Amino acid sequence: MSHHILEFRDVRFRYPDGTEALKGISFLITHGESVGIVGANGAGKSTLLLHMNGYLLPTSGDVTVGEITLRKETRPEFRRKVGVVFQNPDDQLFMPTVFDDVAFGPLNLGLPPDRVRERVHEALRRVNALALADKPPHHLSGGQKSAVAIATIIAMEPDILVMDEPASSLDPKSRRGLIGMLRSFSHSKIVASHDLDLILDVCQRCLVIRDGVIVADGPAPEILSDAVLLEENNLELPLTLQGRPPGNGRP
Amino acid sequence: MAFEAAYSDIGRLDRLSYGDTFIHRLDPRAKVVATMLFVVAVVSFPKYEVLSLFPFFLFPVLMAALGDIPAGFIARKVAAVSPFAVFVGIFNPLFDPGTVAVAPGVSVSAGWVSFASILVKFTLTISAALLLIATTSFPGICRGIRRLGVPALFVSQLLFLYRYLFVLMEEAMRVVRARDMRSFGGRGTGVRVFTRIVGTLFLRTVERAERIYAAMLARGFRGDVPSIRLEVLRPADAVFVLAAGSFFALCRLVPVTETVGRLVRGIAL
Repeated sequence: MSHHILEFRDVRFRYPDGTEALKGISFLITHGESVGIVGANGAGKSTLLLHMNGYLLPTSGDVTVGEITLRKETRPEFRRKVGVVFQNPDDQLFMPTVFDDVAFGPLNLGLPPDRVRERVHEALRRVNALALADKPPHHLSGGQKSAVAIATIIAMEPDILVMDEPASSLDPKSRRGLIGMLRSFSHSKIVASHDLDLILDVCQRCLVIRDGVIVADGPAPEILSDAVLLEENNLELPLTLQGRPPGNGRP
Repeated sequence: MAFEAAYSDIGRLDRLSYGDTFIHRLDPRAKVVATMLFVVAVVSFPKYEVLSLFPFFLFPVLMAALGDIPAGFIARKVAAVSPFAVFVGIFNPLFDPGTVAVAPGVSVSAGWVSFASILVKFTLTISAALLLIATTSFPGICRGIRRLGVPALFVSQLLFLYRYLFVLMEEAMRVVRARDMRSFGGRGTGVRVFTRIVGTLFLRTVERAERIYAAMLARGFRGDVPSIRLEVLRPADAVFVLAAGSFFALCRLVPVTETVGRLVRGIAL
């Protein structure tokens, strides 16, 4: 299943204003892996994610999925293989109803109406949102919006699922539901988040980014329990690893 | 406060379109065509016509009754935008001083008659348009006009207007709330601050547009917003358009009010 492999080779990116956001990023994500990407604000996480489906193109270096190298011409193919769920569901859901929104991607892939209906049905079922099909996105709760935003991407059946802060603005129960859902997906997953507990629950591997370079890459439990490394990157130990005594919450 | 009330009203208009009545089930194209015929018939009356317009009220009244739309809500919405019509017609009585007899022994200036005509036409057309939205939903109308041949670019602009109106209003509402929290005794609510708020909202909107475009590209957008719901015209739709159209034609071409009046008098005598 070589087409499920995502590789960054010495990727650099400079914004038009001169800011160098990525300064040589290299990593390889293989089939079925789930990888967390963490780092301080402004470390380059979002820029990195925007490279994963070709919204931004590297200034130098290569991004490849399977045999395809990201170029201007290969972007449509790239987008079919890598699905990116953006942080704010209001930006992700732009169609008048949930059904139309989930159908948007499959219709653009040129699937016949029957197949589109099947895909929409299946995607909404996976995220437990079948009942919302006819609702307009602006009447949904935050948790429902983020579930539907994920459905819009899995309806395109990408090989790799990329998510930017999937749990921000979710209440604890919705967040828990999301974590269960993510664990049930067999896709390769890439999750960028400050929610380290979520990363710990969902990902086996974790990358730490600082100032546009990868400063750590290893098994998530190992990286996320390295208090010094986390501290250096404006992060802190996941709550589940902080070992607070029960009671008043003070150590 | 006024802002938040306006916001919740738009939301209500939106929710009314979730209904499931005979009118709601009609093909959007049928309702769009019928409403257009209605508007054309109403505005084609000469400017001193008032009485002949009254039979047309049957259309919005029937739409509201069959579509289970609260008439009071629609009436309030019409009243809310009525200042526009009032401004259009308010000077007619001054500029058009010729007198006409409206009843035996009573005569008023012709300007008042044309003013009344404007108000009646306004009420009819606006209530019909609101009822079209309330029974069809805005996206339904967009689908309808797209299939009636309106260009894709124009329709997708309308769809985005509808989708992001709510988001933008919520954003504006948060900014206005934040301002009110910190403007004591009305200071800070002036025009200067207001223009800056509008500027901020504009910049945020541009940024949002960029993020939305990224999300659209991520899902293969290539210029047209596809729709899978392709309603099929049924006999009921044809009957609806034909019935509405011939009723409008009848009311436009035959002085119905006068005829009915004669008949009633004939029976009474």
